[in-house]
Amino acid sequence: MVLPSKEHSLVLGYLYPQEMNLYGDQGNILCLQRRCQWRGIPLEVELLEPGNPLDPHRYDLLFLGGAQDKEQRAVARDLVEGKGPALRQAVEAGTVVLAVCGGYQLLGRYYRPAEGPELPGLGIFDVWTEHPGPKAPRCIGNVVVQWQGTTLVGFENHGGRTYLGPAAQPLGRVRVGKGNNGQDGTEGALYKNAHGTYLHGSLLPKNPHLADHLLRLALRRKYGEDTLPPLDDALEERAHQAALLRAQGRR
Amino acid sequence: MTATSARRFSAIVLGKLVRLAARAAGRGGTALPGLVAEKLAPDLLPFLAAQLPEGSVVVTGTNGKTTTARMIAHLLRPQGYTPLRNAEGSNLIRGLATTLVCRATLGGKVRAGPKALGIFEVDEATLPAAIASLSPKTVLVTNLFRDQLDRYGEVDRVRAIWGEALSHLSGEATLVLNADDPLVASLGRQSSCRILYYGVEDPAQGGSELPLMADVRTCLACGGNLSYSRCFYGHLGHYRCGVCGAGRPQPHVALLRGEGRDAQSQLLRLRLGRPGDLAGEETSLSLALPGLYNVYNALGAAAVGVTLGVPIPAIVGGLESFSAAFGRYERIPYRGRVLILILIKNPVGCTEVLRTIAQGERTLYLLLLLNDNTADGRDVSWIWDVDFSPLSGRQTRMVVSGRRAEDLALRLKYAELGDPTSGAGSPPVTVQGDLRTALETAVAATPLESVLYVLPTYTALLEVRGLLTALGAAAPFWEGA
Repeated sequence: MVLPSKEHSLVLGYLYPQEMNLYGDQGNILCLQRRCQWRGIPLEVELLEPGNPLDPHRYDLLFLGGAQDKEQRAVARDLVEGKGPALRQAVEAGTVVLAVCGGYQLLGRYYRPAEGPELPGLGIFDVWTEHPGPKAPRCIGNVVVQWQGTTLVGFENHGGRTYLGPAAQPLGRVRVGKGNNGQDGTEGALYKNAHGTYLHGSLLPKNPHLADHLLRLALRRKYGEDTLPPLDDALEERAHQAALLRAQGRR
Repeated sequence: MTATSARRFSAIVLGKLVRLAARAAGRGGTALPGLVAEKLAPDLLPFLAAQLPEGSVVVTGTNGKTTTARMIAHLLRPQGYTPLRNAEGSNLIRGLATTLVCRATLGGKVRAGPKALGIFEVDEATLPAAIASLSPKTVLVTNLFRDQLDRYGEVDRVRAIWGEALSHLSGEATLVLNADDPLVASLGRQSSCRILYYGVEDPAQGGSELPLMADVRTCLACGGNLSYSRCFYGHLGHYRCGVCGAGRPQPHVALLRGEGRDAQSQLLRLRLGRPGDLAGEETSLSLALPGLYNVYNALGAAAVGVTLGVPIPAIVGGLESFSAAFGRYERIPYRGRVLILILIKNPVGCTEVLRTIAQGERTLYLLLLLNDNTADGRDVSWIWDVDFSPLSGRQTRMVVSGRRAEDLALRLKYAELGDPTSGAGSPPVTVQGDLRTALETAVAATPLESVLYVLPTYTALLEVRGLLTALGAAAPFWEGA
């Protein structure tokens, strides 16, 4: 499945790979790596740890995963005091960002955990997240989201409820599951090319259209054109359909 | 009859009836009897458990509970004990209650012999209730890994629950802890009980790099980063905190040297010491189970044996004669092939299983089954944290099944396994949702006298075993020792 390279290449920054890798989120990195590899597009993945500076011009894509509350506190400090301004700059310049769960929460205005002090976020999304407390039920289950005329499937597991401010745009609308807060039918957030979501799964493997959408955004920004040779996604579609039926209780 | 004893009588009667009914319906009846009995008489379990002449041993942790508990029972039987174990999969309080209700007279007396001893494997979140109900003499904690986050929440939370639970343990009790797991070993620091540590000393069993996926890398005492001089599996290894200096305790019971003879057994050199006698005695034994994770199970069982005063030759003999069962490297002959059933539950455990079975050069025949029922964990994202690289470059023939078969097939595609163009020349992965068909397909693809590894998640294991029982190839699971 290796097609002739058009000399296009991409660089992905994987933020906090050790602290924020809860529950299979690294599968998103693998998915992007393979989908590029199978098209002959080199995708370089760089690991960005706490304490490392972030070069706002270097990356075509940036990824943040989920974390336990303890790790999220440590990362919040590094984001706000360290990488934050550079990350904001990268987002304003159109860098593609995918932030899942804890990563998504930290790109909002703030995150108030179940216990402990409020964590300031980067305010990239006009959202904020509040955890109703240790006794509140978590939002856990299979999710189906309406996105760009098609569906996204995944699994959510979060205590925090995320609310959208006036400037916020959701990623999509919830068909099955709780989404941001179980009340307003929204899931995730979108700002320029930054995508925030609660969906694990991992998210991208069963949603190849989203994976390719992110790659196209990155290619378009870098090279002014975004042709991606098609891949044989029969298995991906099958897995997507199966998950859809499962979420709807029809399987 | 007092009101209390009348309640207990009714509870026991009802529990026994429910058990009879379940068995008559061809089911295990390993949890419902206890659940029903407890509803009528909530103090029934402590009441019955207090009558056990030798008290109870509690085993908990993420991986290894069942195998370790079975090993302990196996070691103790020749010493005259009657071990009472809760049946496979019934590791909540209701499962413990069922075990004792079945051994109780209607008058509430436990009849199990003069040296009856409870050996109870308990679910990680059940440890507090188990300690309160059983007042165990020995508690063994094997390890703590990320597992079914949708059920248990984060690793930190389980660790906190354990710390709290163990603070209620009697000072006369012994805590047996895996020294190589910083989350588990740290439980010893806060405890006023007698502590016995076990661990691996043989550096050849591991490498020097902590995997990216490790669930723990910070010191519980001060939050500083742990540095590892050796990593065995997951976050188990030789560690020290760079900030406060807290490090791995010296194990009393230890693996000094291990050699995998083949993919089926291994030769172990052990040191068996005890508190106050770290040097102990050295001995060798041949374990009929492969894999480092089974070494840890054996060490844990040996440590409990030492705690209970089992003589060393008996510990060696017991471990050498131990054979696997119920989906923990369980061998079932079937239609001229050998099926080896190995339960998979979480990323670290599954990766270790793959590493273990991938030893050797022959073609690997695999049937993998992924379910997402409550007992399996409903979130299948964990398969993306499994490291499939032990299978790379090997000739494999894989069939996937279960409710989430397509997810598994997708994971394998992205691991570039079972992909016709990947170079290893393996045929593509077969996706077969129907269990019976998947089994027959996988068996048909396996040459006679070869091994077919069957790797199911928990409810898929029950389904596979149920199918094999119905086909006459295996005994029902509740009849296992």
